[in-house]
Amino acid sequence: MADEEDELQETELSYDQKKEIAKWFLLNAPAGEINYVAKDLKEVLSDEEVYNEAAMEAFPVYNKSHMICLEMPSRAGDVIISSYSEITENEYLDPRTAQVAIVDHVKQICTKVRPAYDEELPSSYIEEFRSALDAEIQRYVSESYPKGVSTVNCVKGKYADGPGTDFELVVIITARKLSPQNFCNGSWRSVWNIDFQDESQVLDIKGKVQVGAHYFEEGNVELDAKKEFQDSTIFQSADDCAIAIANIIRHHETEYLGALEVAYSKLPDNTFKDLRRKLPVTRTLFPWQNTLQFSLTREVEKELGLGK
Amino acid sequence: MEAALGLLRRMPPKQSETALSALLSLLPQHSSDLLSQVDLPLQVLRDAESRKDFILCEYNRDADSYRSPWSNKYHPPLEDALYPSSELRKLEVEANDIFAIYRDQYYEGGISSVYMWEDDNEGFVACFLIKKDGSKSGHGRRGCLEEGAWDAIHVIQVGPEEEEMAQYCLTSTIMLSLTTDDEPSGKFGLSGSIRRQMKMELAVAEGHLCNMGRMIEELEGKLRNSLDQVYFGKTREMVCTLRPPAEIVQMRLPDS
Repeated sequence: MADEEDELQETELSYDQKKEIAKWFLLNAPAGEINYVAKDLKEVLSDEEVYNEAAMEAFPVYNKSHMICLEMPSRAGDVIISSYSEITENEYLDPRTAQVAIVDHVKQICTKVRPAYDEELPSSYIEEFRSALDAEIQRYVSESYPKGVSTVNCVKGKYADGPGTDFELVVIITARKLSPQNFCNGSWRSVWNIDFQDESQVLDIKGKVQVGAHYFEEGNVELDAKKEFQDSTIFQSADDCAIAIANIIRHHETEYLGALEVAYSKLPDNTFKDLRRKLPVTRTLFPWQNTLQFSLTREVEKELGLGK
Repeated sequence: MEAALGLLRRMPPKQSETALSALLSLLPQHSSDLLSQVDLPLQVLRDAESRKDFILCEYNRDADSYRSPWSNKYHPPLEDALYPSSELRKLEVEANDIFAIYRDQYYEGGISSVYMWEDDNEGFVACFLIKKDGSKSGHGRRGCLEEGAWDAIHVIQVGPEEEEMAQYCLTSTIMLSLTTDDEPSGKFGLSGSIRRQMKMELAVAEGHLCNMGRMIEELEGKLRNSLDQVYFGKTREMVCTLRPPAEIVQMRLPDS
């Protein structure tokens, strides 16, 4: 690795140090803002080589953790980039259309698609469960999320050809609203792991929802909320499992949204009060008296009934 | 420089310290600009002699030492350091005492400090600072917050007295973060910062402290409401845009 340490100024950063800083900025960009961050970062760095290398390393991590959706050519739909659908760093499986998307992480586009190889797809036994669940989730998402996209991936046991083995499906739901002109961006990410346990004939469900919002008109405010869930249901036929799982997910997510609303409504009069009250307990403004400056404190203390 | 500020505006508010030090190491030539334009959460030192804490900022710093508003001494001790004039120091002492009461009324805890110094135009500058830890383990009275921090910086430029009036220019910056962690709503965190200015020309008859105090109280109230209604409100709107609340939960029953 080239080490461009300037011998005259010992405070000058090395190539690697600059790269790590650049990566840090890219990785911490809020949802939908990585390109704005990239633009400002390039200017601050004024070193294309460092930026390019940092981008090559940071963008894939960012894209996967934000689970971005890329449009596949020929209107085949969207593919969700995540660690669950990753085949190689630049290839991501879309199980619904049995295609693999080849992507350019830094440009955040899907350059082309190819049909998936047999070994990249689950067995037909697993596919029965996967596609039934996929259809139910799609229905739920289209009802509840104006801008939602979902996918179901098999992450364990995908070659099982009949009952007798455990397998695991992962449901991903992501929604993003980007309004840079209104200085507001937000994202919702749900990841639900469904563990199909053959011996106990139980489905163990673990979910994690993360919601973020960023508003930055003449200021800078960020919401960062997350919650984990746990539930279970019985192992049934593919269609019945799908319905049960979708209902569980719908129930928890709806309840969570309600809880968020409650948290927000408690803000002005409860939560915020622990930081700063709207008014003192006296329910009047502070008595900045018009007496002589030097006895000001004594007058105020008298008024507020504070003894010395 | 623009690009640097742009980056700071996009980084999560809780990471502003890391972001700023990263930028300072990338752009050492702009360090004084960056430091003056960016506000970081306030640091505190103990004045053992007065047995009180005081807030650190550029306005009470000389070299690597900081002056306590209670004892008027530098920590660590410093020779040939800068001090306000004795007249201004009297005003500063009064301001600290009364601001502490104001702070207690609104913040029910926390730490405050006021620093004053003469400026070049026969006026003076005053800096009023408040730091509050509103978490359960700090000064949060209601125990709502897992984590909560409010930092307020009010810098007022007071012009020279002319015909019994004076010009006051107030720049207020509020930085806050709060996190609740309850069963139904999980981990819920809001954080951010805003800055506003306010200029007024007021009669000096009631004294500078009254004028400055009222301006700060007004602007702090406005900023608190703005943060709560507008800023946090926008994030709430965004959540509802992503997933509108369903009036009826539709459950599909399995056919069997």
